[in-house]
Amino acid sequence: MRLLVVWLGLSLISFSGFAEFSGNVALEAISFSQAAKFENQFDHNTTLSFQPKWDGEWNDGDDLWGMELFMRADDRDSEREHADVRELLWLHLDGDNEWRVGVNTMFWGVTESLHLVDVINQIDGVEGIDGEDKLGQPMLHLKRYQDWGVLDFLVLPGFRERTFRGEEGRPRLPLVVDTDQAEYESSAGQQHIDYALRFSQTYNDLDLGVSWFSGTSRDPLLLPGSDGDGEAVLIPFYEQMTQIGVDAQLIYLDWIWRLELIHREAESSDRDAFVFGFEYTFFGVFDSVSDIGAIAEFSHDNRPEELRGVYDRDLFLGARFALNDAQSTEILAGFLVDVEKQSRSFRIEASRRVGQSWKATLELQTFAGIDDNDPLIAFEDDDYLLLDMAYYF
Amino acid sequence: MPDIKTAALLLLMTLPLSAQAQDAEQRGLEIARAARAYDHGFTDFTANMIMTLKNKAGKTSSRLIRIRTLEVEGDGDKSLSIFDEPADVKGTAMLTYAHGLEPDDQWLYLPALKRIKRISSRNKSGPFMGSTFAFEDLGSQEIEKYTYNYLRDEPCGDWTCHVIEHFPAYEHSGYTRLIVWMDTEAFRIVRSEYYDRKKALLKTLTAGDFEQFLGHYWRPASMNMENHQTGKSTLLEWTDYQFKTGLGERDFRSQSLKRIK
Repeated sequence: MRLLVVWLGLSLISFSGFAEFSGNVALEAISFSQAAKFENQFDHNTTLSFQPKWDGEWNDGDDLWGMELFMRADDRDSEREHADVRELLWLHLDGDNEWRVGVNTMFWGVTESLHLVDVINQIDGVEGIDGEDKLGQPMLHLKRYQDWGVLDFLVLPGFRERTFRGEEGRPRLPLVVDTDQAEYESSAGQQHIDYALRFSQTYNDLDLGVSWFSGTSRDPLLLPGSDGDGEAVLIPFYEQMTQIGVDAQLIYLDWIWRLELIHREAESSDRDAFVFGFEYTFFGVFDSVSDIGAIAEFSHDNRPEELRGVYDRDLFLGARFALNDAQSTEILAGFLVDVEKQSRSFRIEASRRVGQSWKATLELQTFAGIDDNDPLIAFEDDDYLLLDMAYYF
Repeated sequence: MPDIKTAALLLLMTLPLSAQAQDAEQRGLEIARAARAYDHGFTDFTANMIMTLKNKAGKTSSRLIRIRTLEVEGDGDKSLSIFDEPADVKGTAMLTYAHGLEPDDQWLYLPALKRIKRISSRNKSGPFMGSTFAFEDLGSQEIEKYTYNYLRDEPCGDWTCHVIEHFPAYEHSGYTRLIVWMDTEAFRIVRSEYYDRKKALLKTLTAGDFEQFLGHYWRPASMNMENHQTGKSTLLEWTDYQFKTGLGERDFRSQSLKRIK
């Protein structure tokens, strides 16, 4: 209901001739097959999201602006009911320079299973558990094209805290994360200004990127604490960090080789991590027009065990089926195994256009044999099936 | 580089072949060169394309795509496809640097992930957007992409056509042979037949409603590709053709894909 009101309100804002309006409304239903691990968690939930977008340009296309909002209504998880400005941007083109001022969402990197180099935007943690959804980041961004490569200069004022699911949310961490008590290493807190640089260039079949970031880490440490009622909670602590990253992709015949490598320095621990692998595509399989991509990626993290994330010594094996049909049917199946702890998780994502304006997405996620020391242990009873029906306009 | 390839081709053709076959190959190549020369110098163009897919049962679905192409001296063209419909792919953009016999360079911008992906483009025989057009049917047509065999001249509608066999020189082509009907005056391709790897007739392209631009360049307003084996067909309707719009290399940068409107 609330969303509908907002939608009607926004639709009435007419930027006639100056903006193009597009976006989607999606109904998401999730169902868990096992009993919830924590009290108050739901077994089924249905939520509604709305993502409107406006685009426009003037000065013969030398100036552009864009706005993209995201909202989700969730009756069960009050933390997941949220709204965000994914983009609110003025872009000015000036020869070999592109200036961007405002809020933007960007992506750096090449690998499929894990994104190490991509540190500009905060993760919208209440959305998918894969961390692919991101919060808009305020920035001043200059992209400069040179014959020898592309340079990106970023000044990032205004830190965005990661979002975490609430007490009723599922899946969630074993303790509720109390984001109201978030702490910062820097005395400037959220006002700390971060900086980033990136160089990237294509050398025939090789794409190379080198990036540097200095500022507030987007990945908080979660420290034990208690809330006002004396309940045990986790408190996010955002450190300062400096990170150097390299990402490379090489195309050779039907192979694509990918590498992301980072060195991160922070008070709690330095971190060297990489993810490396390939995708091999079989074109026109079984005498059809369908393609199958076989993906294998290995990730490694050298931090002390208690600080490592899910992808510490993990092998990801995936298969991407592209039917190349009129409905753009695609299926991505992925299997992740921790080669030390033997924890396993499996996920299938399938999507297909329905009619001219609808898209159906099905997501199946299971966990098996999760080791007690693996961060995935919180999700061990959270096998789920998710169906998302989105209407695009 | 094409000159060296052409020279090599000419050298090959001095090998003892029957004089007649040699003449037919030479004639086919000369017509292909003349066609290329006729279309040379268009510099750049933009156009809108409505693509209507029709399945065997007659059910249709449509796509709206904007095309921008830049002519590149001594290499294949650079082209940009911007998808407006269906709505779920709106904002998706595909950039291609064509390279004759070498695999193209190709990038895809995925707006949902805000991600620009370099993609493997060695195999061009796959369908474009689920249609009956393969990527290679829509790509930049360089002379060295085929060897030729002139068959005959014959009437084709109001015109007279050269009928020429094309044999793909690209290793990963989905075809063994094309038969192309091209008019003798302005080299307009009115019909092409595509033979699959098993040498069976796979598809027929019929082009019509030709319009002339800048008093020289001809483009068809409609192209229909019928797949005889699946019963599917795809109609491309081209509108708003504009030539020499002032596009430059700057408009075809992979990292600019994100801001393409």
